[in-house]
Amino acid sequence: MAIEVRIPTILRTYTDGEKAVSGDGASLSALIDDLEASHPGIKDRLIDNGDLRRFVNVYINDEDVRFIGGLEAELTDGDQVVVLPAVAGG
Amino acid sequence: MRYDNLLASVGNTPLVGLPRLSPSPDVRLWAKLEDRNPTGSIKDRPALKMIEEAEKGGLLRPGCTILEPTSGNTGISLAMAAKLKGYRIVCVMPENTSEERRQLLRMWGAEIISSPAAGGSNEAVRVAKQVAAEHPDWVMLYQYGNDANALAHEEGTGPELLADLPSITHFVAGLGTTGTLMGVSRYFRRAKPDVRIVAAEPRYGELVYGLRNLDEGFVPELYDASLIDSRFSVGPRDAVRRVRELLELEGIFAGVSTGAILHAALGQAAKAVKAGESADIAFVVCDGGWKYLSTGAYEGTVGEAEDRLEGQLWA
Repeated sequence: MAIEVRIPTILRTYTDGEKAVSGDGASLSALIDDLEASHPGIKDRLIDNGDLRRFVNVYINDEDVRFIGGLEAELTDGDQVVVLPAVAGG
Repeated sequence: MRYDNLLASVGNTPLVGLPRLSPSPDVRLWAKLEDRNPTGSIKDRPALKMIEEAEKGGLLRPGCTILEPTSGNTGISLAMAAKLKGYRIVCVMPENTSEERRQLLRMWGAEIISSPAAGGSNEAVRVAKQVAAEHPDWVMLYQYGNDANALAHEEGTGPELLADLPSITHFVAGLGTTGTLMGVSRYFRRAKPDVRIVAAEPRYGELVYGLRNLDEGFVPELYDASLIDSRFSVGPRDAVRRVRELLELEGIFAGVSTGAILHAALGQAAKAVKAGESADIAFVVCDGGWKYLSTGAYEGTVGEAEDRLEGQLWA
């Protein structure tokens, strides 16, 4: 099982500058644990007190995970995960 | 239709059916043409409401200076209203916004302070807060946290939609200040709670997200996630593709952010078809495409347009 995870500029210090890395997991939380194993330190930048950090947005196939189960959102082979900092519009 | 003056003509925009983009006779798409507002965007609604509420509350008085962080449309709307009402206006705007927006702002009499491109609107908000601290007598209406922004849609956009489309099942709009979605959702949660509220958020190039610490991100104070049912991130490729389809199939010339909204609306339509359900999906056409011609979004291949939008605030 392979899930592509796109990493924002600010977090690439954890991925040796890679824009996208590959991970495994049946849920977002399992995927983040898997990422932590190969990119130590990244989990703490995404999660705080057992929940996604306030200014971190994560999307599975372009859908915001906060509306599809949060950290328990399900993943299947071939899904694309995008991590982005929250920005303003308007 | 006759109005006493331009400001009185804000809102009451047409809702038009899209027979060629709708996937079936039972799953229909409807476009709310907000480009028909006086300055050509949906922002005329919140801008006018924020000014009126500030006047009522005594915050805005004759001779006041208005200050606002804006990527363009809100500033243009505020500048128009400020001109007619006699206020001075200063806008803080990211430097990576289209030239048309700058020219329009200046035409309506706004003074512009540029904020750095990197960091996008987050930077504009930060700079505006600094300027506000230096000029305590200026009035920052602050669209991201001003209840009147959402109220304009709760009292205007929402009721107009239900009156024109009593069978509405979905409402899809862009997520910037979150004012449109918050206000329309508040109205429907009361008036027709089974209407699904769907957000389409533009996904920009990397420059816009900046290099600052993740803890310095920005979520508008108006945002209440419980008022939204699903939220999608739409990149420039899908936005450009859809905005061109909207013109090609239905003749509507819209701004690029509307392409992102249409993309999310079509996603909801496909879901309804798959589930064998009927649906009446209304979405917002935020503005016309005129202000974005110089971005190159409407010329060449979709791939070329996508490349040209890299680094720009296209929504």
